[in-house]
Amino acid sequence: MVVDGALFEAREINAWRGDRHILRDVSFSVRPGEFLKVTGPNGVGKTTLLRVICGLLPAEGGELLWRGKSIRGRRDEFNFELGHLGHLNSLKGDLTARENLKFLAGLRTTLTAQTIDATLDRVGILSRGDLPARSLSAGQKRRLALARLLLADAALWILDEPVTNLDTAGIRLVEELIVDHLEHGGLAIAAAHQRLLDDAPCLRRLELEP
Amino acid sequence: MTAVRTPTLAAAKLVFQRDMTLAWRRWDEVAQPLIFYVVVTTMFPLATTPDLSALRVIGGGVVWVAALLASLLALEALFRADVEDGTTEQWVLSGQPLGYLLLAKVAAHWVLTGLPLVIMSPIVGTGLGLPTSVWGVLMSSLLLGTGTLSILGGIGAALTVGVRRGSVLLSLLVLPLAMPLLIFGSRAVSMQMDGDSPAGPLQLLAAIFFMALSLGPIAMSAAIRISVEN
Repeated sequence: MVVDGALFEAREINAWRGDRHILRDVSFSVRPGEFLKVTGPNGVGKTTLLRVICGLLPAEGGELLWRGKSIRGRRDEFNFELGHLGHLNSLKGDLTARENLKFLAGLRTTLTAQTIDATLDRVGILSRGDLPARSLSAGQKRRLALARLLLADAALWILDEPVTNLDTAGIRLVEELIVDHLEHGGLAIAAAHQRLLDDAPCLRRLELEP
Repeated sequence: MTAVRTPTLAAAKLVFQRDMTLAWRRWDEVAQPLIFYVVVTTMFPLATTPDLSALRVIGGGVVWVAALLASLLALEALFRADVEDGTTEQWVLSGQPLGYLLLAKVAAHWVLTGLPLVIMSPIVGTGLGLPTSVWGVLMSSLLLGTGTLSILGGIGAALTVGVRRGSVLLSLLVLPLAMPLLIFGSRAVSMQMDGDSPAGPLQLLAAIFFMALSLGPIAMSAAIRISVEN
């Protein structure tokens, strides 16, 4: 039975890393406009959970449902609606910021120069657009990765420590972007240690225990 | 904003273009196999004999061995950087068929490392006393051979990318599979030189190439999916 109005649902997810049973029967559901914050101490399995959702790690049991249907056998369809921001920024140092977006975000959606510029402007690094990604600061690289996430135009955002390396303005930017995404009917699941939308009404928590 | 989903062919083209752009900025890495190829083949006359009629006997084989090793040299790093910086993760999640994206990457790799070997082969062949009458066979056999090697190597590189010191493993994996190419390729050249028709070995090379082309993407995408699981 599908939880009322839930767009994404995880049922009794189990995962192992090596011989450690990290996730034990983790279940949750997310509705449109909701932000699920996964918390817990280091090594508890936040990243593992997010990678299982993305299909980057195999789950040893349990089921993932998207729009009420199991995603088994429909990975590519689900992936297209999923935007992932991992620990790694997935940038090429030798390519400029613009080229990075063109060659990676462009795989999902057809981009024009204007969309790329508008998105760079949104994350505040338009003036760095023609610099090689190598020469950007750590925070600017994170912003560029955020631009890629925005261009993916996905309904479900999976964010692994999205505010790493970001300054206060950057954290505020991430919060704005998430709220904006949720207001357009999107969903977000994030693992975060820092404060992130802690007082927002859209927030729900999922505490993982060791 | 409703975005238009990128067609698969356009996505594959983007991967190809990206690797061309990257290679243009790192041309020294790309040139390495070609330099190796030229150096090895020019060393043979120095080490053995300058007598062209004697060199001619081994010429085809030497060109083929050098091309094979030069291709292997370039393979190890094929997917490494993309896996380490998380690019392949995003490819897996792009909603595009991963096999096509990886095939596009291998195609770019072949254009950058395999094709120059093919183009240079008449010149290095002449240095080894190969007559102009075998140029066509030498080039077409290398064309099919380096293409197959890029795909086979792509599978090997995808399998070993998560392994530390994967280069040794890669050679062990790919070299045995490359032996038929070496045998048929150098055989085609020597048959042409003896005045026989080289059609047989060339057709076998073509058959191997098309088999690799059709099954390679499936194997590569399965291997890359395993590599990103770490």
